[in-house]
Amino acid sequence: MTGELRRTALHDKHVAGRGRMVPFAGWEMPVQYTGIVEEALAVRERAGMFDVSHMGRLFVSGADAGRLLRRALSYNVLALSPGQGHYTMLCNEDGGILDDPYCFRLGPARWMLIPNAATNEQDIAHLRDLTAPGWDARLDDRHESTVMLAVQGPRALEFMGDITGTEVLAGLERRQITEALLGGHKATISRTGYTGEDGVEVVAAFDAGRELWDRLLAAGVTPSGLGARDALRLEAALALYGQDITAGTNPYEAGLGWTVSLDDGEDFVGRAALAVLKANVTRRLACLVAEERGGVFRPGQPLRREGEAVGVLTSGGHSPVLGASIGMGYVPRALAAPGTALAVEVRGRPVRAVTVKRPFVRGAA
Amino acid sequence: MPETPQDLKYSKEHEWVRMEDGDIAVIGITDFAQDMLGDIVFLQLPEEGSVIAQMAKIGEIESVKSVSDLFTPVSGEVTARNTAAIDAPEVVNSAPYGDGWLLRIRMSHPAELEQLLTAEEYEAHTAAQG
Repeated sequence: MTGELRRTALHDKHVAGRGRMVPFAGWEMPVQYTGIVEEALAVRERAGMFDVSHMGRLFVSGADAGRLLRRALSYNVLALSPGQGHYTMLCNEDGGILDDPYCFRLGPARWMLIPNAATNEQDIAHLRDLTAPGWDARLDDRHESTVMLAVQGPRALEFMGDITGTEVLAGLERRQITEALLGGHKATISRTGYTGEDGVEVVAAFDAGRELWDRLLAAGVTPSGLGARDALRLEAALALYGQDITAGTNPYEAGLGWTVSLDDGEDFVGRAALAVLKANVTRRLACLVAEERGGVFRPGQPLRREGEAVGVLTSGGHSPVLGASIGMGYVPRALAAPGTALAVEVRGRPVRAVTVKRPFVRGAA
Repeated sequence: MPETPQDLKYSKEHEWVRMEDGDIAVIGITDFAQDMLGDIVFLQLPEEGSVIAQMAKIGEIESVKSVSDLFTPVSGEVTARNTAAIDAPEVVNSAPYGDGWLLRIRMSHPAELEQLLTAEEYEAHTAAQG
């Protein structure tokens, strides 16, 4: 990583709010304000807000926009009605995962894709490569002209509704998206998130996003950093791209087969390989909970079954809700069944763990 | 600003020492250290009766974010370890100089205290660390 870290339009607010700023995927982002556990519990019990402006916001429009996205993505996004969204994989020809963008259909020929920060440029180049000559599909990368906020928690919609007016959120179901005026500019509000809780994600113009942050803060929504976001997504057993899913993993072994549409008759990158992989799953991403104290589970720690190496943790951490170490890692399929006794090797010491059904913590979403 | 009580001695590795009757020293980590670590969730401490040498690694202190080695500022025999803190390590965050103490040590070389920092010196040391 070279060059200067990029700053979001909310940077000064994080600093003023005593956010501890760290480098993340080329951006300077708050890892925490008051404390990771406190922030994570605020989201579980009430509402928290996250600046996720480092994520991509790629608007795709034109008569062939849908066709282009169907060619690139694992999920049949053509089946989405305007106002609907779905989690999807962007795969290579081998069925390996290049990114896991959320895809929203805004209108008949307008879409919004949410790539990861680290894969945004690569996804855009990939989509350009897949655009056939003569296709009408325009790519508009708005991640440097807008902010993106996630407001999450059982009371998130109540706090948002107080600001936008409840009519804006009325009838907005999970995975749906609506366009509304925020501070005089068009913004998108989707009922989605990465915490396992109910809530919304908002893409708005700089000024509107900054005002929204201030008003949510004044209303008592807890500013939360990337540390809490990681703890919450792990409790919800949501995969992190670059750790749990990579070009070396496929959607089926990751438990993400529900994001792959093989039966709609449309071809997409990786389809042939995925059809074969679906019938040959040899390992699974297992969820593990520590059964004793012995240190925090971290990515890279070996997994053992009766002393024998059976895998490696791809994610790990302390669960604020469970008060115990939790983690995920690929193991041979038979060992991924809930109730399997394994050990995680923490700095040379085995710590007893048991596989459980996902998620670790069930929120409202 | 982190607290730095005047009546304690400090190490550059962010431990504090409080003298009790006889040659007993109580040690813990400083307010500055707990704030830097963040939410503490795991402590590994030596057993009672262990003999430990000044500046040797004696255990680990782990937060949600990271793990750090724990060093002892004085040599001696461990006469007690804080089992309440082992069971609920967050007390080290909330009361680093009180209920979040770590070990009681019967010092074998009380003269080692002379090598430790005063509160003023420790504050200067942490200010330099930013």
